[in-house]
Amino acid sequence: MITAGVDMGAKTIKVVILKNGKVIAKSIILGGFDQRAAAEKAFADTLTQSKLSRNDIEHITVTGMGKKEIYMHPPISADKELTEVTAAAKGAHFLFPSVRTVIDVGAEEGRAIRVDAAGKVIDFAVNEKCAAGAGSFTEAMGRALEVPVEQLGDLSLQSQQAVAMNAQCAVFAESEVVSLIHAKTPKSDIARAVHDAIASRIISMARRIGIEKDIALIGGLTKNKGFVKSLQQGLESNLLLPDDPEFVAAIGSALIAAE
Amino acid sequence: MLANYGYKDGSGDFFITIDTDKCNGCGKCVAICPARVLGLITDESDPFRDIPVVAVTEEHRRKIKYSCAPCKPTVGRKTLPCIYACQPNAIKHSW
Amino acid sequence: MAKEFWRWKEYNWKSPDKDWKQAKIITAGVDVGSVSSKTAIMADGELYAYSLMRTGSDSPQSARKTIDWAMDGTGLTLDNIHYVVGTGYGRVNIPFSKKAITEIACHARGANYIWGQSVKTVLDMGGQDCKAIKCDDKGKVTAFLMNDKCAAGTGRGMEVFADLLSVPIEEMGNLSLSLDKEPEPVSSTCVVFAKSEALGLLRQGWSKEKVLAAYCSAMAHRVFTLLEKIGVEKDFVITGGISKNTGVVKRLETELKLTALPKPPQYDPQLAGAIGAALFAKALVEKEKR
Repeated sequence: MITAGVDMGAKTIKVVILKNGKVIAKSIILGGFDQRAAAEKAFADTLTQSKLSRNDIEHITVTGMGKKEIYMHPPISADKELTEVTAAAKGAHFLFPSVRTVIDVGAEEGRAIRVDAAGKVIDFAVNEKCAAGAGSFTEAMGRALEVPVEQLGDLSLQSQQAVAMNAQCAVFAESEVVSLIHAKTPKSDIARAVHDAIASRIISMARRIGIEKDIALIGGLTKNKGFVKSLQQGLESNLLLPDDPEFVAAIGSALIAAE
Repeated sequence: MLANYGYKDGSGDFFITIDTDKCNGCGKCVAICPARVLGLITDESDPFRDIPVVAVTEEHRRKIKYSCAPCKPTVGRKTLPCIYACQPNAIKHSW
Repeated sequence: MAKEFWRWKEYNWKSPDKDWKQAKIITAGVDVGSVSSKTAIMADGELYAYSLMRTGSDSPQSARKTIDWAMDGTGLTLDNIHYVVGTGYGRVNIPFSKKAITEIACHARGANYIWGQSVKTVLDMGGQDCKAIKCDDKGKVTAFLMNDKCAAGTGRGMEVFADLLSVPIEEMGNLSLSLDKEPEPVSSTCVVFAKSEALGLLRQGWSKEKVLAAYCSAMAHRVFTLLEKIGVEKDFVITGGISKNTGVVKRLETELKLTALPKPPQYDPQLAGAIGAALFAKALVEKEKR
């Protein structure tokens, strides 16, 4: 059976095509201000990769903040919608059957999900509508530090010393970062403070659902090594890290489309 | 006086309200709070008050959503320790 | 960093007809805020002199400068002042003050002096925070709420939009009111998310004015929900920097179905905190005497 999963995230759109439980094509693209057009482009890209046409795909499931954009809307016409929580849990459990807690940090939301041995969602908690608890926080801090956000993780691994950050709000934290730079604080230490701050907020949220091992980290921020380190230190536990952390919810969606 | 400590951000309202007229400054809530969110202070908003009053500490005011999270599990939530400890019933949480 | 669109004048004033040498109690209130520092000097509970200036990087020094400037040309020295109360963000760092009192208590007390005892609700929208205060007819606080965690609804949040749209901050309000039809408010409260939302709207062809209107109404709604929490009672006044942003104020008044009292001609509402502190200082002198 061939199915597709689409994850219409706040910042990027991810599409995967699954054939008999194997990913045969995947594409990620910036959503921009026309999410539907972006989704169509990413979808067309996966069709080209897999040498398939729309008619070869039996079911398409969509998840993510912008899921309404393509649900029942041609040419993609997804035939099922899924919550972000269910999609993330399904995908993470598929990749790591031993997982019991899934931490998912995307551009605009952070989530912690508890799953049972079958990958079914038992409970979850979400940080939403505030940039302090999501990937946007690191982007804003990268701008203040004048460091590309992709380099922020490696930079923070060079930190020699922990510094405290008091501001919670991303807007106020930007000013704090600027003051720290003026005070000649090494940028690596500031980058670490940024990751420690967001990790501690994610951990507090996750504690509300009770953290059980194994713990997997998925979502865009997984690619940030500095954040991963801060999170592992805060949790005092290793994390399972997928190879393609952004695609986990899309994979989960494609799996559910096949059921 | 109803002293509201905390904040409102995009994700919701997170306020701890202290009724300073009811608070007798006994400090039981301070002792019981596992996250050390509460502290006894000289009331800087009421210069004529003679006894100490409880307040959310400066350190926690901007993050009580996170500081108080361990006492607020998504399932099986019990009476909060601070509220349980307060005999004059001076403490309220908004979430 | 961002270009500074926030401009205002520094100035001082002294009473042309009062003589401090005739007064029994001379007190001062020094309000060191994150953006501006203010001093009010009162002779027997009447405003005698004041100053308003920018806060420097060093708060003790800013406090000293503002009180010196308020005393300038009066013949007063610190020794003539019986009691100094410090307030504001830098209140604990004022070496010559005898007591620190929160800006919440001082604002309420000052508003009571400036507008009269009918004032029951004070909204202070500052550069980095937003405070809602309820008080009785003596200016004593009965409830308060402060939001300094989140930039939404603060001057800083407005600056982000002033920069984004390259509009001087003092023109934001009027520009936002220049439309015939009110657009839907931006859906995000968070300034970071509202900014991405605004960028999307601009790309869709929205005018700056329309985006500003959508943002100002979202901010007004946010401040409204804060006020709702403590309950608004007449009379209602607005102080702080954003009180000058008509775009937020007008929309807030519409939502509250209540008009804020106009600014009294003789006082700058920015002095409310310093005046309140000086009045507390007088009450503390009287308490010590008893």
